Amino acid sequence: MPTLIRAHAGGMVLANDAFTHVDDDTPIPPGDVILSLTRFQAEGERLLGEGRAVGVRLTTADEVEALAYDLPRIALVALEFPKFRDGRHYSNARVLRERLGFTREVRAVGDVLREQAGFMLRCGFDAFEPADGSTPEAWDRATRRFRHVYQRSADGRTPAFVERGS
Amino acid sequence: MYRYDVIDKEFVADRTAEFREQVTRRLAGEITEDQFKPIRLLNGLYLQLHAYMLRVAIPYGSLNSAKLRKLAYIARVYDKGYGHFTTRTNLQLHWIKLKDAPEILEHLAEVEMHAIQTSGNTIRNVTADPYAGATADELDDPRVWAEAIRQWSTLHPEFAFLPRKFKIAVTAAAKDRAATRVYDIGLALRRGRGGELGFEVMVGGGLGRTPYLGPTIREFLPTRHLLSYLQAIIRVYNRHGRRDNIWKARIKVLVASLGAEEFGRQVEAEWEKSDKAEVDLPDTELARIRGWFRPGFAKLAPRSEAFEAAKAADPAFARWTRHNVHPHKQPGYAIVDVSLKVPGQTPGDMSWEQMEVAADLAERFSLDDIRVTYQQNLLLPHVRLDDLPAVHKALAEAGLATPNMELISDIIACPGLDYCALANARAIPIAQQIATRFADDERAEAVGELKIKISGCINACGHHHVGHIGILGVDKKGEEFYQLTLGGSGEEDAALGQMLGPALPADKVAEAVEQMVEVYMRERRDGERFLDTFRRTGVAPFKEAVYADAH
Repeated sequence: MPTLIRAHAGGMVLANDAFTHVDDDTPIPPGDVILSLTRFQAEGERLLGEGRAVGVRLTTADEVEALAYDLPRIALVALEFPKFRDGRHYSNARVLRERLGFTREVRAVGDVLREQAGFMLRCGFDAFEPADGSTPEAWDRATRRFRHVYQRSADGRTPAFVERGS
Repeated sequence: MYRYDVIDKEFVADRTAEFREQVTRRLAGEITEDQFKPIRLLNGLYLQLHAYMLRVAIPYGSLNSAKLRKLAYIARVYDKGYGHFTTRTNLQLHWIKLKDAPEILEHLAEVEMHAIQTSGNTIRNVTADPYAGATADELDDPRVWAEAIRQWSTLHPEFAFLPRKFKIAVTAAAKDRAATRVYDIGLALRRGRGGELGFEVMVGGGLGRTPYLGPTIREFLPTRHLLSYLQAIIRVYNRHGRRDNIWKARIKVLVASLGAEEFGRQVEAEWEKSDKAEVDLPDTELARIRGWFRPGFAKLAPRSEAFEAAKAADPAFARWTRHNVHPHKQPGYAIVDVSLKVPGQTPGDMSWEQMEVAADLAERFSLDDIRVTYQQNLLLPHVRLDDLPAVHKALAEAGLATPNMELISDIIACPGLDYCALANARAIPIAQQIATRFADDERAEAVGELKIKISGCINACGHHHVGHIGILGVDKKGEEFYQLTLGGSGEEDAALGQMLGPALPADKVAEAVEQMVEVYMRERRDGERFLDTFRRTGVAPFKEAVYADAH
């Protein structure tokens, strides 16, 4: 069971994960699940009909726009980093938040490292499955390293050019 | 020049503190070199053949005396007494110890400098016309826009892990001194029909193993939308650029594969969907930045008797003014090149003593302003004509007055196999051999403008594709060979060079250059530069001269 860290009340907390990640070849277990986009498209309707909460896991090859019409009934979107260097999901997370208006959980999974925590939080991720054993305290510290930011993003932080004007 | 406010200062301080902690973790063995690599690369620290190399950002090549003195101090205390200015107007220190790196960053922060995003697959240090604020042919000061880009791109959360590195250059003049056609994004300020200012946006230029000149995807972008448009371009690239093959990951490959028109269409579609007002800077912030770029010029006579007298009396001074001194927009001032191209020495290298001299001159004679050019020289942008003799004397004493700007010995060369782990061949000794052959000032002047650019490998850090003569080091069964190209240009008449013929062994390169110069001297017509003659005659006579022995 991977550690799940959630942004909560301005900090980072260890969270209980009610969801099970299910790959494409495993029978679907009871309870709340996170599925690939293909599997969600095939079986999501039925699972939602059973009253379960369903999350969708996107690879870096998937486009978040593919989920646009389903977003209101999806419990969470998990964006999977195959390598920390693959930065496509930073754009995907911003589009989810700022363009598609998704307000529920956006979770970072895969090669998720503390050094990227600040970037992820700024792009709209609010849940993290760190691959480096980070504690919520370490994660929290990593997101607070900079007192200022130079651009607006999905986190709503006030950029330097607005700070200066006020 | 732009000065940090408390926000900029705290930002760099936070970055420095973060890096100190990361280096401490590495030195204590808490993280492995593999884990540390991406961290150090975000701070401009490379592991090279002999030591760590720190690449210090010099945003749009702009320095003052305090910054240059600090670089001199760092070179003296933490390195071997010199630094290397690059074709991206950064300074590389090639002999750094890891344990010293955090302290060096703290020194840099004291003078409002850093090494943020001088490496890694991020938006790199932005470059601009080195004549900014001094030349009559610019529509606006490009540094205002370059500084806006510097801030916007700094730790941009969405663009920290692009498919590959990403470089932006800005010019506001018709003459392109910033090589905008060979950048990931080149921005050239233009005036619209109604008199308003906008950017011509070129995307997907670049050198490396597949060189491209960047096509224009938008003829006129109103300046106020610069940042939202950049976000749209880079977002399209971040989402769709190739990540499966490092050699195909630059934006130029995406632009070339989609076609400029389709790429431009995708950018426009993304831009239309974006909330521009959230991204673009308010006019008040642009005005604040602009306020830092207003040098206080004195009202001077356009003609200086002292200057004219010195030219008449001293032929060496007169020669230097012909090549290293350029007209200024303000009467009574001139732009002065500081040559880092002494024949026989390493192009772009500068000792700490020379840095001190240049810093003093900037402070005393150039409104405390000094620039780095992509040709790996420095320049003093605002020198009074009356002061030129004194400036020349001081530069000459420090070995910084070689009268060779844009001449055959003003060679661009990357560090090559002498330092770089990627290189196939040495670049510096080839540059030294060629420059030495043309060390005679009179001969170099007779040959005239001839830009030689040398890269030690296909990554093309020495810009060989856009050299009038380009030289590329290649490895042939463990031996260093060199491919020559002719007719390239990185300026407003941008072109990629044409291959001359089979690669030459190291000991034949300087000779081949000399043979080609002879062909040019024989063939040239009135006022033609080497490049003009080549464009008229084509490659044939040059090829014949160089490969005559082989037949």
